[in-house]
Amino acid sequence: MDIQKKIVLPGEEINLEGMKQGNGIYHENGKYYAYQMGIIQTYNGYANLIPLSGKYYPVKNDRVIGKVIDIAPSFWIMDIRGPYPGFLHINDTPWKSYGEDLNKILNMGDTVFLKVNEITESRQTWLSLKDAGLRKLEGGHIVTVQPTKVSRIIGKGGSMVNMIKESTGVKIQLGQNGVVWLDGPVDKILIVRKVLRYIEDEAHTSGLTDKVKKILEETR
Amino acid sequence: MGTSSDIKLINEEGLRIDGRKSNELRPIKIEAGVLNRADGSAYIEWGGNKVLVAVYGPREAFPKHTQNPSRAVINARYNMAAFSVDERKRPGPDRRAVEISKVIGEALECAIFTEQFPRTSIDIYIEVLQADAGTRIAGLTAASVALADAGIPMRDMVVGCASGKIDGKVVLDLNKEEDNFGQADLPIAIIPRTQEIVLLQMDGNMSRDEIQEAVAMSKKAALFISNIQREALLERYKEKEVNEEGERNE
Repeated sequence: MDIQKKIVLPGEEINLEGMKQGNGIYHENGKYYAYQMGIIQTYNGYANLIPLSGKYYPVKNDRVIGKVIDIAPSFWIMDIRGPYPGFLHINDTPWKSYGEDLNKILNMGDTVFLKVNEITESRQTWLSLKDAGLRKLEGGHIVTVQPTKVSRIIGKGGSMVNMIKESTGVKIQLGQNGVVWLDGPVDKILIVRKVLRYIEDEAHTSGLTDKVKKILEETR
Repeated sequence: MGTSSDIKLINEEGLRIDGRKSNELRPIKIEAGVLNRADGSAYIEWGGNKVLVAVYGPREAFPKHTQNPSRAVINARYNMAAFSVDERKRPGPDRRAVEISKVIGEALECAIFTEQFPRTSIDIYIEVLQADAGTRIAGLTAASVALADAGIPMRDMVVGCASGKIDGKVVLDLNKEEDNFGQADLPIAIIPRTQEIVLLQMDGNMSRDEIQEAVAMSKKAALFISNIQREALLERYKEKEVNEEGERNE
């Protein structure tokens, strides 16, 4: 995988060098341009623009952490920090409703680890709780980071997040939408929060795992 | 415009009252990402102008009837602080602010891929802290930086520059005195890559040739300012690498 570390800006021409046009790139009169600020990365023959900032845009099968903001007769409305709210229907949960109120199952403000089930043409986001590992999150702490930095927090094959977990013993649940749920002793959670902020600030630099390792060793 | 006077705006050597040549810009400084709570932000100092811009969105448009099912709506709000001018300005939107909000919003809409975010709004708040002529263009220039900082998909970053006519001569980037006692003011904004004009207004009178000269002058200056915008965004990510090294030395 070839990574060009140069930051491109909106309207900047991109030389695809035989690659196919991927995300974050538009074309006009046979030329290709970036439409966001980000870094160009090539993957599987596609040139993609990895944005440096921006909101969370849901993608099917993403794992996200949502908060109940409203309750309808047969579904919950969840805040997933995107441009649109997400909907969670009772049929997409492991629970059965026998006519009782939905707030007996999930109430306003409850935090849930979900997956994006379907995105309709009109950008309605339907969520689901029916998959391994998906559940209501009880207790713990929430830290929010920029959604574009989540992939750096995970690291290659989960190397970064696993290292933080092993080093501090804190339970970490990462949502693709930039919501991180932490559970463990408070002093350890503060360390993890500091590390997450550091990764967020330094996401565009290389050799991040080693730098984070150093911080974790110092604070131990 | 308006008030005629005996004040000489250009001296015998062809220099203006602040010592600039006819085609010289005032100093411009842009900083991106200055606010933590907004999705994107920018601060610009353009001569005596100081403007702060915050961008939110795309987020669900409220009230619901403002939503457009096929694209995002752009809400720009240009606001002058009460202390931004010599005589206290009565706070709140007036006729002028509503007009400027509209033209800035429409200029930016030309560059943003609004069709990617149906039913949402992108809110742009432009706060003029100190005014010294040319605030709409300063606000617009900072707004494009803030939009890029917010990661909103755009064709290009809109940029602009005003020019005008003082003492019968076409000059670039009027300051307050030149604006008040000159004959014309012509703010213009372009999409730098294609040089399309997205905003053009005129106050005062100019001949056809003079307008052409002013537009050409503004376009050239806008391309120069475009580079300042880009550097401001890149600086935000460069800066951190330097800081990090500083921490290591301690």
